Amino acid sequence: MSVRRLHSVQPDSFAFNAENLAWAKATIAKYPAGKQASAVIPLLWRAQEQNDNWVSKPVIEYVANMLDMAYIRVLEVATFYTMFQLQPVGRVAHIQVCGTTPCMLRGAEALKKVCQNRIHSEPHHVSADGKFSWEEVECLGACVNAPMVQIFKDTYEDLTPTSLEQLIDDLAQGRKVKVGPQIERHHASPEGGLTTLTDPSLYEGQRTFTRVEPPPPPPADSAVPPKT
Amino acid sequence: MPKIKIDGTEIEVENGLTLLQACEQAGAEVPRFCYHERLSIAGNCRMCLVEVKGGPPKPQASCAMSVNDLRPGPNGEPPEVFTKTPMVKKAREGVMEFLLINHPLDCPICDQGGECDLQDQAMAYGVDKNRFHENKRAVEDKYLGPLIKTEMTRCIQCTRCVRFTTEVGGIEEMGATGRGEDMEITTYLNKAISSELQGNIVDLCPVGALTSRPYEFKARPWELRKTPTIDVMDAVGSNIRVDARGREVMRILPRTHEDVNEEWISDKTRFVWDGLKTQRLDRPYVREFGKLRAANWTEAFQRIAQRMKGVKPERVGIILGDLVAAAEAFSWRQLAEQLGIKNIDCRQDGSPLGEKGGRAGYLFNTGIAGIEQADSILIIGSNPRLEAPVLNARIRKRYLKGGCAISVIGEKADLTYPYHYVGAGPESLTQFLAVESPAAAKPMVIVGQGALARPDGRQVLAAAYKAAVRLGAVKEGWNGFNVLHTAAGRIGALDVCALPASDGGKATLEMLDAAKSGELDVLFLIGADEIDTTALGATFVVYAGTHGDAGAHRADVILAGAAYVEKQATYVNTEGRPQMTQRASLPPGDAREDWAIFRALSEALGSALPWNNLDELRTSMYKQAPQLLKLDHRSEAVTAELADLAAVSGAMSHEPFRSAVSDFYMTNPIARASRTMAECAALKNVRALEAAE
Repeated sequence: MSVRRLHSVQPDSFAFNAENLAWAKATIAKYPAGKQASAVIPLLWRAQEQNDNWVSKPVIEYVANMLDMAYIRVLEVATFYTMFQLQPVGRVAHIQVCGTTPCMLRGAEALKKVCQNRIHSEPHHVSADGKFSWEEVECLGACVNAPMVQIFKDTYEDLTPTSLEQLIDDLAQGRKVKVGPQIERHHASPEGGLTTLTDPSLYEGQRTFTRVEPPPPPPADSAVPPKT
Repeated sequence: MPKIKIDGTEIEVENGLTLLQACEQAGAEVPRFCYHERLSIAGNCRMCLVEVKGGPPKPQASCAMSVNDLRPGPNGEPPEVFTKTPMVKKAREGVMEFLLINHPLDCPICDQGGECDLQDQAMAYGVDKNRFHENKRAVEDKYLGPLIKTEMTRCIQCTRCVRFTTEVGGIEEMGATGRGEDMEITTYLNKAISSELQGNIVDLCPVGALTSRPYEFKARPWELRKTPTIDVMDAVGSNIRVDARGREVMRILPRTHEDVNEEWISDKTRFVWDGLKTQRLDRPYVREFGKLRAANWTEAFQRIAQRMKGVKPERVGIILGDLVAAAEAFSWRQLAEQLGIKNIDCRQDGSPLGEKGGRAGYLFNTGIAGIEQADSILIIGSNPRLEAPVLNARIRKRYLKGGCAISVIGEKADLTYPYHYVGAGPESLTQFLAVESPAAAKPMVIVGQGALARPDGRQVLAAAYKAAVRLGAVKEGWNGFNVLHTAAGRIGALDVCALPASDGGKATLEMLDAAKSGELDVLFLIGADEIDTTALGATFVVYAGTHGDAGAHRADVILAGAAYVEKQATYVNTEGRPQMTQRASLPPGDAREDWAIFRALSEALGSALPWNNLDELRTSMYKQAPQLLKLDHRSEAVTAELADLAAVSGAMSHEPFRSAVSDFYMTNPIARASRTMAECAALKNVRALEAAE
């Protein structure tokens, strides 16, 4: 990790859109009067999402004004937590490569190399086409499926340099990608299926649940009013 | 009252004390960097580690653990604290080693060298070898304004500066960004700090990260002669220490006085010293053919005597300035009496103080320390942040404790604490009285000079007194009627009654009018520069003072005097506490101490003052104002006399109140001669312009 400073090029202004503003007000209302500063992290996080996934100077000042905080206090928070990106990130994906011990032992270094080759030799720099950026982060808690990367809110696990290349290609082309383990594995269960507790008699009489998929959202052009 | 055993000695301490405080009470010294008794506890330097028995079995940060956190032994033995065991020494050595990992070895070029906490404590706990073979950290220097120089690689992140500016200074501008090794102390995007108390972070910084910019590379602490004295930049009377090398004042530092300035001083007090070296009047001058020319003392006195010959006393005026000490004011009053001059005034701003209400009518009766007991404060026509920053810090301290309602009538300024804004002018005062009902047990009313130095000053003073009575501020055992002065010399001069004679003596404004219309032949300006010196007509002006300021420019004869660090003089602060300055340096060139000048002048005028040295002068002054004899003792004023204040006819105008201090950095001739103060004032103007945009 290096010294975190605000980016040299800053946009002129920032303001929450209507939806986020309503959400921000609801979030502030969760805290007792006079303690609105407690909402600083959720607000910054939301603002980062709205602001192309990075925190700019206007974002800091907007959030500070909204919470009646001194600018320096919000700057302290924004520079303290590495989840706040202080420079522009890739338009399509900001790849956070986990480099902590389990991932490192399982090949995170090779994933970093892929990022260096495909995106930029330095972390926190946007690729030439503006679509990608990367950084190395500390443990993201998916050690069983190491090595892994996180892109915004999703994790991509059990990666190899090839599958990461594939993932980057797919994202660049706008193809649908599979979230989670990139190999045949259900969530965090053992690779290649269960190896113990396989005797079906163990499960006799046990209630089983089948996953019920939520109904698909109605197509945008259908004029059916929502039921109230 | 828990009992606790410290290094084998059992003591009983107050509830809620920290282990560090308990250790100090027991006489055990505990090293520290981040802990400061006037700031909140951070507990981040870890230097104050001690060993405890009756608590967690690991080294404990004594600044952050309360004596109540320790439990007694199985048979009720008091918990024990050890400060000198091998475990403690080893733990502190470990902390010190970590602190020194990234601290540069630049003591020889560091301004803090010789008075550095880290240097001193490294003597006791430092390890002589370095086990750290990685690269040292380097940190970019920050810009904090014209007063504070930074060398941030030296910073050990104790956060004292952040806590001071936030808690005492009341400005949230400093903070710590980043984390871990990359943590940095900074202001928001390198903006200059806007506090009037920012200089104190230089004292607070335990290392050389924050040092005084004007004092940069000027001197070493061990070559300075330290003189404890009193400040005159405002009427608080802050206790200061003037450090001089040879005849040159090198810097000014605060001294602790719990009842006055605690251990803070304002930036003007601290950084004004370069003004003592520039624009100085180093010899007498006389005006010849419209130009001032250097002269000797005899010539200057002769010139005055010649002009005074045959002039009727009622055509002579004396105006005493803001920095005139009590003895000087007394000698002028005595001289005026001897010569039959009735026109003498020490209130160059034209306020009505001292006319009525006795001593209580012009003092800050509650006392500065008394602010901490008040439970409601009404500020009228004053901006204490500019007029007395240290006193304002006391009000903020009171606000932080909670349960104190603060209201302001006058300018709506940022006072570093929230307040109920009543209105801008006298009508708001009238309104406030009609609405507000006395609810507080110990209310305070603070009247500023901005409310008094105006044509309706008498009426405002009366209204303020009525407000105090209405709020129940004036009663047995509590006098909440307070006048906040801005001039250090004013109270002492009022104490010796340097006021216009009751039978037709002219006050300042009348004297100025008289001068303009040619009714005044001779006008003595004794350090009086804050008047309009351009409209004095053809009056013969004698200026006695220290700096070539407004008064000296207009003068026909200049008598060069000594500044406050060059003489032993009594100044009474706004709460009526007489304190004495000490001589830290000598007046420049041919300049003399003021009492000696006035004594010689009286002789030249053929009416020698009846004393021959400073002691005799003081003795006769003490006869008239015995309270001045008791240095550092606040003689309570008679509250009953206050009632006179109310007996005033006439109505208040509608003019809104303005603070007496518009430019904090430029209030007196010394500050106006200071380059540092000029820089601060310029920066403040730029900031005001930016804010207006």
